[in-house]
Amino acid sequence: MNAALIIDITLWGSVAVLGFMVWQRGRVVATAAAREGTMDFINIVPRVALGVIGSGYIAAVLPQEVITGWFGADSGWLGVLMAAVAGAATPGGPVIGFSLGAVAMKAGAGSPQVIAYVTAWALFAFQRLILWEIPFMPERFVWFRAAVSLPFPFLAAAIAMAIGKP
Amino acid sequence: MAELPLKDPAPADDAADTEPRPGRIRKPVGWSMIFIAVLVAVCVVLVWRRDGVHGVTEILFSDLELFGGILPRVLAGCLLGAFIAEILPHEKVSRALGPNSGLKGLLIGTAFGAILPGGPFTAYPVAAALLTVGADFGATIAMVVSWTLIGYGRAIAWELPIMGIDFTLWRIAISLPIPILAGALGRFVYVRMYPKVEPPS
Repeated sequence: MNAALIIDITLWGSVAVLGFMVWQRGRVVATAAAREGTMDFINIVPRVALGVIGSGYIAAVLPQEVITGWFGADSGWLGVLMAAVAGAATPGGPVIGFSLGAVAMKAGAGSPQVIAYVTAWALFAFQRLILWEIPFMPERFVWFRAAVSLPFPFLAAAIAMAIGKP
Repeated sequence: MAELPLKDPAPADDAADTEPRPGRIRKPVGWSMIFIAVLVAVCVVLVWRRDGVHGVTEILFSDLELFGGILPRVLAGCLLGAFIAEILPHEKVSRALGPNSGLKGLLIGTAFGAILPGGPFTAYPVAAALLTVGADFGATIAMVVSWTLIGYGRAIAWELPIMGIDFTLWRIAISLPIPILAGALGRFVYVRMYPKVEPPS
């Protein structure tokens, strides 16, 4: 898990640098900001717990063959549409999303369809939306962003069809 | 639009020097939480009926481990969001990322999302912080979409090992224009949905 270590180091490094910058503005400001961040953390922990611990069960129940069987190499735009819907419906963290994409690819799914799947999953996997994005962001923003993002799995698939896979 | 909610991102250029930064509104347990909780409960029962108690505890322990690993990062993300909201000067952010920031604002948002370290535990608190200090929906959408599509964190940690380097690079290349387009579309729609924004300069 080298990558995870690198991410942790950059993450806490950024926290340290920004924390130092805040601290230079005075002790009171720094304490207030740190308290604000900690309160956010405390408020968010139950949601994260539910999301992380729950997603294992959702993934265990999910019929993977059904999801990946929808978008074969010659499924065309219907396959892209199914892939986009499947991407939005895929629960769980990055492991599940990418693993299903890889399974689909091995099972003979077309590259544009897999692109649509991964892109849709990245843009609006409902579980991430509900458990991460809505708790942290204004709800109005989240729905607005999701709505605005709707065309893009299809655009990505169209580009993939146009340029082909190297 | 007389009384804006605190979390409204509309820039208040004339009130840039309000002293305490408005705290974010904490949401009580909402429908989304209840929905997920019910879904999880149903899935637990299904797993239990299929695999017995052993299946349930196995998933529980592996997910608890994952949860323990993520917790410190969530704390780091929350602190990062709070510090950024404290440091970034309101009027500079509204100029660089506000409704009138044009293509440059979208590009800055995209670049910021792409280099932001960490996962959802950093991206969303930081995005929320940007909204409170004057970024508009367009630039924030560019940032969130850029983080989710071309951010390196997830690509390195998960996509490369699982999908392979060819697919990952190809997908990221295809995704490059999307954050900017999404941000531009967001700004375009936003101005028409909520027309009471200052006219573009």
